[in-house]
This record gives sequence, C-alpha cells and structure tokens, in this order.
Amino acid sequence: MNDEVTIPIGSDQDIVTARQRGRALAAKLGFSSTDQIAIATAISELSRNIVEYAKKGEIVLGPVKGHDNGQAGIQVVARDKGPGIPDIGLAMKDGYSTSRSLGLGLPGTRRLMDDFEVVSESGKGTTVIIRKWFR
Amino acid sequence: MEVPILKQGNYLIASIQAALSDADLLRLRDDLAQRVGRFRSKGVIIDVTVLDVMDSFAVRTLRSIGQILKMRGAETVIVGIQPEVAFAMVQLGLSLTDVWTALDLEEALSFLDRLAKAGHPDE
Repeated sequence: MNDEVTIPIGSDQDIVTARQRGRALAAKLGFSSTDQIAIATAISELSRNIVEYAKKGEIVLGPVKGHDNGQAGIQVVARDKGPGIPDIGLAMKDGYSTSRSLGLGLPGTRRLMDDFEVVSESGKGTTVIIRKWFR
Repeated sequence: MEVPILKQGNYLIASIQAALSDADLLRLRDDLAQRVGRFRSKGVIIDVTVLDVMDSFAVRTLRSIGQILKMRGAETVIVGIQPEVAFAMVQLGLSLTDVWTALDLEEALSFLDRLAKAGHPDE
C-alpha cells in the first residue's frame, strides 16, 4: 500500500506531526471532517502514551480493507518497545493512569474509533491498533 | 510557535495561530501567569479557533491555566472550540472545567464585562 506512512515518535513535536499526517491521510481517503478530527485526536493520544511511557516508538498510518466485506477504512498502529501495560483490563477503565495524565487515553481513544486492539507484554512493549471505517 | 498575547483594557487576548506542541502550551501558561500580574489583568481570553485537535494534554493545560490565573486574580475564557473538536473531546471523556467558555471573542468580552460589573456592584 503506497499510502502507508511510518512516523517515528520521540518528542512532543512528533505528536503534532503524527496527528497532522493522520488527518491529512483521513482527508485524502475521503473521511468527513468530524471523522478526520476524531482520528487525529486518537493518534494524538496514542503518540502521547508512547512519549510518556516508552519515550520512543512509532505510528504507522495506512488505508485498510475489511476482511469480510471489503469495507474501506483507515488503520493506525502505535508501537513501542517500552515497559508494557501491566494490567490491560485496568488500563481500559476510565480514570486509570500510572502517569500524570488524566488516564483517559485508552478508553477515550476506543470511543473515538470503530476498532481497537491492544497487545502488551511486560518489559517488551505495547502495540495498539485502531481503525475507522467509512459509514 | 509562540502565541501572541495582546492587551486590551483590563483583559489579555491570546490568539493561537497554529498547532501547538506541549512545550508551546506550557510556555503560553507561563507567559499568561506573568502577564496578568504585570498588566493587572482581570480576564484572559484564549482563542483556540485554529486548533483541530484538543487532546488530554491540551485540556489539562488549559484547566491548569484557569486555576493559576484565578489565583492571580483573573478569569479565563476559552473561545472558538470548533464543533468537530468539541465532539471529539466529549468522546474522549474530557471536560473543560476551571475555565469559562464562549462562542467567540465578542461574546467573551461582553461576558467578562458583565462578570466585572457583577463582582463590583458599587462601581
């Protein structure tokens, strides 16, 4: 997929770059401005988690097709080799945080998108995959 | 990207011109905390019309600006939150407490005037 783009994340400026690239791709794919902003906001939160908890990682953006119905959408992968999330169930609860953030990152990000998957292993890192489909 | 801060009477107006990094937001907070003292401002208006993303850090920083300026004797009004941005903030679970909000600059100025009058009934 030639629209796929990888953005290294390591500073607060990279968070801005990632969400701007995400919004641009969402616009190019034809998402409404409400969806573009939801996608950009979700990317901002995931990049922020990388900077806060893992220091560095990457965001991979690209178009995606649904396996069953061929539906088109956008996929965002947030990947880091940081400390991992000790208790994902707990991390998905509103209000939980081990950092100084509001702790709304993951459950809030899930609400902004259609699909949300998280894989995390203690000491090895975290990968979050989110998707939004055309309505 | 530094945020220009204009003085208008008893108020300060910070007009955000482009996307802000976390460091830019923290500098805005520090600048405003200094200037409300220097100019003895009673109100600060922050125009966020150009922002297309207000994530948890931006909201947390605006709330802390509201708390800090309150301690410095000034009220904070956020103006220009776009409808799509408001929608994303609500879905994310963020609420903008500790500051006032208004649709635009004009509304914010008349709100601060009314607040000043209500706070000083003898004047």
